[in-house]
Order: sequence, then structure tokens, then C-alpha cells
Amino acid sequence: MSKRYSIVIFTIVAALVLQIMPMPIQADLYRPDWVLLVLAYWTMALPNRVNVGVAFLCGLAMDILLGTALGVHSFALSVSVYVLAANYQRLRNYSVWQQAIVIALLGALYHLVLFWLQHLLTSIYFQFDYLWPVLSSMLIWPWVFWLLRRTRRRFKVS
Amino acid sequence: MQTIFTRGPSLNNRLTLALVLSVGLILVDHKLNGFDAARVYLNSFMSPLQYVANLPSTMLNWSAERVTSQQQLISENEYLSEQMLLMSEQLQRFQMLKTENQRLRALLDAPIRENIRKKVAQLMAVDNNPFSHQVVINRGASDDVYVSQPVLDESGIVGQVMEVGSTTSRVLLLTDVTHALPVRSGRNGIQFIVVGSGALDELYVEHVAHSVDIQVGDMLFSSGLGNVFPEGYPVAQVSSVTRDESRPFAVIIATPMAKLDRLKHLMLLWSDKEAVGDE
Repeated sequence: MSKRYSIVIFTIVAALVLQIMPMPIQADLYRPDWVLLVLAYWTMALPNRVNVGVAFLCGLAMDILLGTALGVHSFALSVSVYVLAANYQRLRNYSVWQQAIVIALLGALYHLVLFWLQHLLTSIYFQFDYLWPVLSSMLIWPWVFWLLRRTRRRFKVS
Repeated sequence: MQTIFTRGPSLNNRLTLALVLSVGLILVDHKLNGFDAARVYLNSFMSPLQYVANLPSTMLNWSAERVTSQQQLISENEYLSEQMLLMSEQLQRFQMLKTENQRLRALLDAPIRENIRKKVAQLMAVDNNPFSHQVVINRGASDDVYVSQPVLDESGIVGQVMEVGSTTSRVLLLTDVTHALPVRSGRNGIQFIVVGSGALDELYVEHVAHSVDIQVGDMLFSSGLGNVFPEGYPVAQVSSVTRDESRPFAVIIATPMAKLDRLKHLMLLWSDKEAVGDE
């Protein structure tokens, strides 16, 4: 059983690495929210195992890795994952592109919560550039979904 | 098998708990700086991930170095030896000036400036957090890096160390909106405060009255006030001056000297605490 969990942990760690991987400045703006995507998949697939608690811990890891005040990313991720975990039964029945739209809305929520929290801490102004990852996350969701479902079935994680 | 006993707290309770914890963490971390000591351990704990994330670019750099042609190496070598000749000529004059300056300072009873200890660091990661300008470098507590240590590149001041891990540390760039640094104009010695704008190629010179003598092209050097940055390193060049009388202060924009968008090798400086205390 612990071996199956390690697959979940492995995918989350891979998402964290992708999230902090150095990229050229032009591409950096469009970096999808890998951690949110992977957490979203596992929350829909195993809502009893992966939900707000795991999201909170991932958020803490991101805060340390990205150098934000501890708690900022954990707040935003917990809220986003809560929305998914509360509605997982409905979301599972959606087609992949419908899910992608839901993910986009969720990504927008995530980024707005992040912006709002950091706005309270420092004086930053909103730019629409901050929302590009919403679009890229939406476009990449079907492939993430497919890859993670294959992984889950192959290693029989349940 | 899901029973009511294995399920734990309900989803709503979990969310409430997570949010209360997050807000508590934000308050303690940001407002009270309660995690300064723990950050070292947290950063060291997470630094393997930084190294893994850095692998592809390290490998690309490595393979790029493997495939450089002999022609390129020769031309680079020529350029570098030419540079070195120019530099050593300047250094000879500098040695003379330095001893002369020290003699004069001794005559004036001013404290003699010590040589500053320095170490070269390499850039590991640029943070993709759009709200803050930070980079990660490959030196940490094991190299005696300390918080608020000045960081330079070959053309000017880059920023200061913000968090230290055991083998990595995080540098706040001087263009970050939360960063400010005291400078002095190279032309006439007037003191200013340079504040980050949030854009990598812009700095604001704040609270400058309309009558102050500042022009486009003025060089701004660190003034050493504030005891963070040593005196005399180039910081920025004034790029625009707008004197709108309807505003309380002139709007002055400066361009940082350091090439913040193409950092690679950085230099860490160790300030001499005793010398600072004397001044």
C-alpha cells in the first residue's frame, strides 16, 4: 500500500520540480500551475486520500521553494483543492475539456487568492500577465489527465 | 474500506484548519519574522529539489561547453587576454592611488578602509514568482553567507541576501518593490534613496525635491549609509527626470547597472564589522 502512495508522492514532487525549474523569461510567463494540476487530478481520483491536508503541505513546500511568506501558497492551494474535493463526484463525470474549463476557473481563483494575499503583504499591482498560467494550465490539462490516469492504472493506485 | 472511523475530520473542518494555520503562518512569518531561524533548515531540506530542477540547464550548459569550436575558444581567449591587459594596467594605477589614499586617510585620522573579503557564486534559479524579484545562488551558511549580505555582478550591485540555507541562499534583487538602498550621485555627491520598481530595468529615485541638481546620465553609487552595502559600488544611472510642478516630488527613473536579466556569476562581499563600527 505504501508503494502505491509513493507514486502519488513522486508525481507531486515532479510537479514541484517543474514548478521551480529555471526557464527563459519569455516562457516563464506561461508556465502552467503544475502542482495545482497534479493535485487536482489526485483529488478527483482519490478524494479520500488526497485533499486539503496534502494541498496544505504542498503549499508550504512551494512557499519555501519560491521564497514567499510561509502560508501564502498553502492558503491558495487549500481553497482551490477544497472546491474540487467538495464536487469530485460531479467533476468526474465531465468530459476532459469540460474539466479543463473547470480547471481554468480554479486556476483563476488560485492566482487571484495568491495575488490578494500578497497584495496585503506588499504593495504590488495587478497585471493581466499574472493570469497567463490559467490559459496554459487549461490547455495542458487533458495531457496531464491522460498521463496521470495511465500512471494510476498501471500502478493500481486506489 | 471507508468507515466513519478512518475518515478523520470532515472536509469543511479540514479547510477551516488549513486556512487558520495558513493565516497564522503568514502572520508569524511576515509580520513577526518568527521563522528566521527555522528558514535555514527548511531551505536546506528543500534544496535537493532546487538541484534537481537545475539539472537540465546545468546539462545544457555542459553540453554547450563541450561543443564550442576551437575558433570560438581562440577568439574568446584573445578577447580575455586583451581585457586582462587593460585591467592590469588599471590595477597598477589603482594600487598607487590606494596607497596614496591610505596615507592621506592616516594623516586625517580617518579609519583606513580594509580589503573586503569576497567569494564568487553562481546563479542556480530565478524565481518565477511574479510578485517578487529573487534569485537563488549556490552558496549558503557553510560558506559563511549571512542575511543582508551584499551581492554584486561585474558591473554593479545586484541585491542582498534574504534567506540562507546550508548550501544555497536566496538573493533579493534591488529592483524588488520591497528593496531600497541609499546612494550618492557621482557628479555632485547628493544623497538619494533608490527604490525597486518591480520591473527588472527600472528603479525609482524617491523623495527628490524639484530644485535638486540631478540630470539624465548621472551615475549613482552606493553611499555606505545603512551599513548593508559597502561604499562606492555603481548602482544605477539616471535615465529620466520629470519635474512636474503639480507633484510634490520630481519623478526620477534610473536603470540598474547590473545586468539583472542575464545574471550568471555573482560576487558576495563580506563587510568588515569593525570598520563599519568605527565610522
